[in-house]
Amino acid sequence: MKLGNTITISFRALRRNKMRSILTALGIIIGVAAVIAMVSIGNGAKFQMESQIASLGDNVILVFAGNWSPGGVRSGWGGAGTLKVEDALAIKREIPTVTAVSPEVRGNAQLTSAGENWSTGNLLGESADYLDIRQWPLAQGAAFTEQDIRTSSKVAIIGQTIATQLYGDECPLGKILRIKNVPFLVTGVLTPKGLNLMGQDQDDIVVLPYTSAMKRVTGGTNLRGINVQGAKQSDLAATKDQIVSLLRQRHRIGPQKEDDFTVRTQEEIAKVATAQTDVMTALLGAIASVSLLVGGIGIMNIMLVSVTERTREIGIRMAVGAHGKDILLQFLIEAAALSSTGGVIGIILGIAASKTVSGITGWPSLISVSSIMLSFLVSSAVGIFFGFYPARKAAQLDPIEALRFE
Amino acid sequence: MSAVIHLEEIHRIYHTGEVDVHAVRGVSLEVEKGEFVALMGASGSGKSTLMNILGCLDRPTKGRYLLDGKDVSGLGRNELADIRNQKLGFVFQNFNLLSRTSALENVELPLFYSKKPLHDRDAKEMAEDALRLVGLEGRVGHHPSQLSGGQQQRVAIARALINRPEVVFADEATGNLDSRTSIEIMEVFQKLNEQGITIVIVTHELDIAKYAKRNIVLRDGRVLSDEPVTERLDAVEELKKLIEAQQAVQLEP
Repeated sequence: MKLGNTITISFRALRRNKMRSILTALGIIIGVAAVIAMVSIGNGAKFQMESQIASLGDNVILVFAGNWSPGGVRSGWGGAGTLKVEDALAIKREIPTVTAVSPEVRGNAQLTSAGENWSTGNLLGESADYLDIRQWPLAQGAAFTEQDIRTSSKVAIIGQTIATQLYGDECPLGKILRIKNVPFLVTGVLTPKGLNLMGQDQDDIVVLPYTSAMKRVTGGTNLRGINVQGAKQSDLAATKDQIVSLLRQRHRIGPQKEDDFTVRTQEEIAKVATAQTDVMTALLGAIASVSLLVGGIGIMNIMLVSVTERTREIGIRMAVGAHGKDILLQFLIEAAALSSTGGVIGIILGIAASKTVSGITGWPSLISVSSIMLSFLVSSAVGIFFGFYPARKAAQLDPIEALRFE
Repeated sequence: MSAVIHLEEIHRIYHTGEVDVHAVRGVSLEVEKGEFVALMGASGSGKSTLMNILGCLDRPTKGRYLLDGKDVSGLGRNELADIRNQKLGFVFQNFNLLSRTSALENVELPLFYSKKPLHDRDAKEMAEDALRLVGLEGRVGHHPSQLSGGQQQRVAIARALINRPEVVFADEATGNLDSRTSIEIMEVFQKLNEQGITIVIVTHELDIAKYAKRNIVLRDGRVLSDEPVTERLDAVEELKKLIEAQQAVQLEP
């Protein structure tokens, strides 16, 4: 008895029951397609998260007011008014590995210009280094300078969305932008970045010199945070430690006390973010796996019915010389063929589904070879696993009983 | 030893529930090569049980069974399967063909389980030869549902012949067929027997048994009589007579 013969026999049997074969495989098709689609959407989210974190800039360390470590005072990002402009300047002055610093204030404001108006939640006050730190080039015009910071001059850089909303097709450079009724001169337009992972428009942004923002728009002297750029990737952890001790010293925090600020390197932020997306991907995959499992049980169910229905066929095969293991193998191959064919179709369908979903919703999707390989292997294994019990049942039939079966 | 089948004091006892059923109670007989034996008896006479033992589908509880000189009474499931595959052919009352499977593929079936490696092309050729032998060369691709009862039984006979067996067993092979088709099937068996193939049929019909050369009658699990057929029927002539008779009453044009 050659394996090739058994394969031929199995495929002939599947062909004889085309409709049932297709329906049985459908369970696996849907299961695999769901796994592929879910995992690729999860991976896409992770990829986008990573690229967004990379877009924070190079060697960036973020300092936030308030403490968000577990057990500390949780007052949200920059909620506690503990960071001052002087802290930012001290970081720049006293830590040699820091190349650039941008104190950050944030607010929301009503913008008006020549009859058009727009409300933004992303009014930022930054230093002249901000765009370098974020590696965010201008599409048009020029950034503000140290001079503008010193003189709190009324200049603004705007994002693409605001440019379109307020000025339409016209060039916004040199136009007057009124922020809370204070007139600012538009000097630059940022290159577009699109939506972030939360679906927020990153181009809905106005960047002002932080001095101007504090004095004329947001009021107060508290910073939301400080953007710091280090010189080298390898020095980043050391730089972070230096920032921590410098700020503790400046804020006169005793040795046993918690920090009243939070310092995160880009790497740490990335770690947290990818951990979140990993959890999401795993969750999506787990949900989809349930449908794969149900598909497998469907195969077992059909194979059991099939063994009963084909008892006489089994009897005939045994009468003409089939061993128990030939019958076992035949039913196993049938199950495996169903599930692996279902797997292949499911993979194709899953890829199509994830493309369609990301096409409609705009979510990114990333189809990984490993998830394809894995779901193919799993689907074949599911077939063999769930096909084994019915196959063994068939193999143990007594030929005389089987032949007499009506 | 020239006997193809040699039985010594074969017993078969079924242990079903509280009562033991003694279906075969000491049967001894020999069948030579080239014989055409009809095994007869009423239902419950043990003929089916004996047939199952002869066909290596079942094992005797007691006694010795030599098939082609080899003791098969103590063999295991797989060894019996190999014996069935290599040395025996089966024809059943209800044909037992695989549905939705062409005549050719049905006939090929035993070859799939054969130990001799065979090319697909050779297997196909052998199956076609076997179908030609039973006069079905034009029905190679037909499924059982597209064939008449007689034709289905011919396919079954072709399947029984494909491995060139020592013995062909037929269990009530004409039981589901009308009288004319029955004679046609017996004609096939007689023709095969003339070519030297040993045939054992089980039947409860006297006139069918008369196409064989030797009749063994069983009763209560024992051999009641074992005699050569004196007035043997020739299927070709019987068929001719039947057609003439049918024409006389204008059943046929």
